[in-house]
Amino acid sequence: MSLLQIREARVGYIFILPWIIGLLAFTVGPILFSLYTSFTEYNIAQPPKWIGLQNYITALAADMLVPKSFMNTLWYACVNVPIVTVGGLLVACALNTKIPGMRFFRTVYYIPSVLVGIGVYFLWMLLLHPTNGLVNWAVGLLGVKGPAWLSSPQWTKPAVVLMNVWGFGAQMLLYLARLQSIPEDLYEAAELDGAGGGGKFLKITIPMLSPIIFYNLTLSIIGNLQVFQEGYVLSGDGTGQPANSLLFFNLHLWRQAFYYFRMGYASALSWLLFIVIMALTAVNVLVSKHWVFYEGGGPND
Amino acid sequence: MTNSSHRRKRAMSKAVLFLLLLAGSVLVLAPIYWLFISSVKTSGELALYPPTFWPRAWHFENYINAFNQVPFARFTLNTLLYAAISVAANVLVNSFISYGFAKIEFPGRNFWFAMVLATMMIPGFVTLVPKYIMFTKIGWVGWYLPLVVPQFFGDPFRIFMMRQFYRTIPNELIEAAKVDGASHFYIWARLMTPLVKPLLATVAIMAFKAAWNDFQGPLLYVRREVWYTIQIGLQMFRGQNATQWNYIMAMSLFSMMPILILFFLFQNYFIQGMNVSGSSK
Repeated sequence: MSLLQIREARVGYIFILPWIIGLLAFTVGPILFSLYTSFTEYNIAQPPKWIGLQNYITALAADMLVPKSFMNTLWYACVNVPIVTVGGLLVACALNTKIPGMRFFRTVYYIPSVLVGIGVYFLWMLLLHPTNGLVNWAVGLLGVKGPAWLSSPQWTKPAVVLMNVWGFGAQMLLYLARLQSIPEDLYEAAELDGAGGGGKFLKITIPMLSPIIFYNLTLSIIGNLQVFQEGYVLSGDGTGQPANSLLFFNLHLWRQAFYYFRMGYASALSWLLFIVIMALTAVNVLVSKHWVFYEGGGPND
Repeated sequence: MTNSSHRRKRAMSKAVLFLLLLAGSVLVLAPIYWLFISSVKTSGELALYPPTFWPRAWHFENYINAFNQVPFARFTLNTLLYAAISVAANVLVNSFISYGFAKIEFPGRNFWFAMVLATMMIPGFVTLVPKYIMFTKIGWVGWYLPLVVPQFFGDPFRIFMMRQFYRTIPNELIEAAKVDGASHFYIWARLMTPLVKPLLATVAIMAFKAAWNDFQGPLLYVRREVWYTIQIGLQMFRGQNATQWNYIMAMSLFSMMPILILFFLFQNYFIQGMNVSGSSK
């Protein structure tokens, strides 16, 4: 290496130094510590006590709230992700046509995803009020008596999904940006070959969108498995009630760590969910090889 | 099929689509309208069934009353402070790091960049407990230190996004500046800043939005009421006023306004940030 290259390398490391320090201090260090803690009994006040696999055994065999909260989370992710993905995709396609008022519609459908924060949850608590909420009033117009939503264990998770569907605009926008980049001549060529609307959608739109659908699916599943805030806020007092129906996995973890100070146990829980998420990500990557179409070659560009 | 019937069919389907989109808009906007009118009703009117779609009287004083019940002004200032530090840290540090990754050749660069990509895959809750223990041990719990200090060490998503952008800037520009004796620090601070302004704006908005809406962070680390942020203050307010939904709606709407205003002022930057951070919310 020449002197100039050495000097250049030194400057390079100065530039990325904050990242390296942060990586060690706020990611690698904590992860290693968490791995160690997960084999101990630890409440911060007393030093950690090594108990081997006990935390993992408790989580998998004894703690009934683990399967409960895991199933809650899985239910939520499996219902929420497809609905938001398909909804976002369909509305994006509808908004990609040339009809009057397009700019207005795009803004309107996007606005709910700009309204975020705790206020949105409170708004939905009011909208979903069992007796005089707007949602049940509308349901009543159809001659059906609306459910008790957030007070009824079977309806709490559908309530959360409903709230999230309202904010699907972020996904819609991702698809819209991609749709606009599909060359018009592809559709024209298909029309010459006699393809109808449905044919064009399945043979052109879906393949052209598949990388972004895949990207979104992966991120949404990972994001949804980490659902916390919805359970914490919508249960009213952060307990995941009624009947633990809003006790999502991360809320259970949170309560174990910061209500009961079982740091070792909470760490073990976080590793279990981490393993599930990593496995799902791997499956997603493998499956995507079979159906995702990347224009002009590989996924890394 | 004749050309004109084809055209008529297309016009028909466009009309149907338009009507569907219009109906959808009503559904999408109804909750926002509801939020607003509920915030100016009396709590008695809010309890009526069927609900009233036009307030009998507009009680804008609900906002003032709610503001007086809980120190929301203080919470707003706190949140602005938290957001300002976040914005400054994110704009400065992420652009610095990503310039290094994009424009300087050094051994090990690919390895460290692979680490950036790997960190993007690690979910936040994995480090939640150990970080809490660490911040407790060093005595940082109570104020925003655990929330803002890590932001001075870069965020993988933003580093990735900015590095992609820096790479589109031609190297000739940098080489020419180097011939003139400019250092990388000078090039990053002076030459690049005007070129990457839209990118800095995007990152600034993303960071502001993240801080303003942060709930879990302050919930875990902020202890004294004087340092509550708007989200935590709102949660506490609801806990204390379980019945006065008009006040809760007023403050909910208030808490959403800054982001909504930012959106209408800077739509393009906003949407750009959205596309990068994706849907993982």
